[in-house]
Amino acid sequence: MSVLVTGETRVVVQGITGHQGTVHTRQMQLFGTHVVAGVTPGKAGTSVEGVPVFDSVQEAVDASRANASCIFVPAPFARDALIESVDAGIRLAVIVTEHIPFHDMLVMYHYAREKGARIIGPNCPGIASPGKAKVGIIPNVVFQPGRVGVISRSGTLTYEIVNGIKEHGLGQSTCIGLGGDPVIGTSFVDALPYFEQDPETDAVVMVGEIGGTAEEDAAEFIAHHFTKPVVAYIAGRSAPPGKRMGHAGAIITRGKGTAETKVAALEAAGAKVARFPYEIPDLVAGVLPTEAGR
Amino acid sequence: MVKLAEWRGKELFRRYGVPVPQGQVARSPDEAEELVRTGAVPLPCVVKAQVLAGGRGKGGAVRFANTPAEARAAAEATLGLDFKGETVKEILLEEKLAIGHEYYVSLTLDRNLRVPILIASAQGGVEIETVDDKAIDRQPVHPFPGLAAYEKRRAAKLFGLSGPTARSLDLLLDSLWRAFNQEDADLIEINPLALVGDRLIALDAKVVIEDDAVFRHPEYAEIRDDRTPLEEIAREKDIAFVQLSGNIGVIANGAGLTMATLDVLKEFGGDPGVFLDLGGTDDPKKVTEAFLLMAQAKPKAVFLNIFGGVTRCDTVATGLVEAMRQVPAADRFPLVARIRGNNEKEGIEILRAAGITATPGLKESAQAVVAAAQGRA
Repeated sequence: MSVLVTGETRVVVQGITGHQGTVHTRQMQLFGTHVVAGVTPGKAGTSVEGVPVFDSVQEAVDASRANASCIFVPAPFARDALIESVDAGIRLAVIVTEHIPFHDMLVMYHYAREKGARIIGPNCPGIASPGKAKVGIIPNVVFQPGRVGVISRSGTLTYEIVNGIKEHGLGQSTCIGLGGDPVIGTSFVDALPYFEQDPETDAVVMVGEIGGTAEEDAAEFIAHHFTKPVVAYIAGRSAPPGKRMGHAGAIITRGKGTAETKVAALEAAGAKVARFPYEIPDLVAGVLPTEAGR
Repeated sequence: MVKLAEWRGKELFRRYGVPVPQGQVARSPDEAEELVRTGAVPLPCVVKAQVLAGGRGKGGAVRFANTPAEARAAAEATLGLDFKGETVKEILLEEKLAIGHEYYVSLTLDRNLRVPILIASAQGGVEIETVDDKAIDRQPVHPFPGLAAYEKRRAAKLFGLSGPTARSLDLLLDSLWRAFNQEDADLIEINPLALVGDRLIALDAKVVIEDDAVFRHPEYAEIRDDRTPLEEIAREKDIAFVQLSGNIGVIANGAGLTMATLDVLKEFGGDPGVFLDLGGTDDPKKVTEAFLLMAQAKPKAVFLNIFGGVTRCDTVATGLVEAMRQVPAADRFPLVARIRGNNEKEGIEILRAAGITATPGLKESAQAVVAAAQGRA
């Protein structure tokens, strides 16, 4: 099994001829991913790392039966790229691109939702199921197949933590990097049900950050709908409070959003909360039902 | 974030049909006096310092004038004033209105619901944080149909408005909604929104434009908050830079890793001061640029925490050693580097050979840099 990305995943890379697109197409291939097509308007007929390039996502899907997209196109064009892939029937789109205006992302999120497509990101490292496939840019070296699921709001901190799990002799079923933008396609609460249903996941590591209330919402979900053990870490306990202009944001999250409220909510929901990243592997080993994670 | 000064926010409001008082901006006492003398700004008038911080009324940054001479005096008293760290360079002169009631209204993003949210309260004119939760209405607005008529009626009912005044609110909210979307605003806040006769008028304007959308609005590119020269350079290089009071500089890639690094440093008694977040990249060129930028901030010690993805650690290490050579001897500082990822052993060897402390463990590195900052290394 694993979550969202499996051995059946066939990836079309949008923006494959750019630097990032090319580099990470190679890395995805080395991970064992079926990268079946690339799209860059005007570059049809060429190829990148042996992958045929098409002018449109529809042509790519028709020729390659791609069922997932990895989007690297620059921010001003990301909205169109996502709408194009959803219209071509893609139901999983990982958006690596950063600096997409949130007004664009609002349109993208609600459009995808109406069409039944899932977005991971934007500004995210993507998703990987070791031994099966990777859609995104998480370094290959941090992974090893196993039974721990990882959901994270961070980028490089995810690599750090996934790597720590590996060095402890444990492996991962699937790791999802949600991205840290104001509007993201998939939140903790959206991702947790997949892991609840996945027979190959025994425990979940949740990496959160200060700001927003996504971790509090996740805690609420865990308390009522999640039966597997959860280990969490919240980055930014010591970060200075951010400066804001206007007070609307504070009104929305009144009384929530600090490291303290997140840690308290997660602990109340039964999660083990690590104080530092390097405490996570031991906590995970402690909550796994058996040595099954090895 | 591009935070617009009040007068710019009100210019934007005028373009979208949100009623604002008659007024103009001035940058000298001569200009202020002239605006009033020619009748461009009617008397009596309000003279408001154009700073971004709140609490201007209590802080002496809002004055009143009944004559051109008084307008001049108010301008002289306000221009050049230091208000909560901002120097007043501009003042807004506006007609003084007879206010009936003050409301609060704003549009911003609700990150959790992933829709814009209309926030309204009948208790305006005070800091909204101090208003009781029950007196604040939060109305999520779906981006596709946009602001619906019933949502506007709900606000009118909350404000206790009917007839032409309710109609005035209806038009005003439509204008705000269009401005929020077309200008790529992060926040549009009117506090207070004043009832003057049977008209609603925005007495203040807080508008924040989203940074990432400035490519669509080149007119905002020049309006930036006051940044230190170092922050400006960092911005140009797409490096997140925060300068605080501590003495340890932190360079890391990614916001989460940067925050985790701070958490660990604090735990071991460190006092982190300058943070450079390279974003998700491990590009050696960017690491080098950040390093040279950090040297200019003159920290006591620097902790470099990079998790390598695509780039090999030895490549990053070589760039770092080269960068260290470029730092003038007087500006050198103890450096503790922690580089993880591909070829980390080779990277660590290169750093150690150049006399740089390098260990793979986060805990050990944090302890080493705290010791160095306290002069114990």
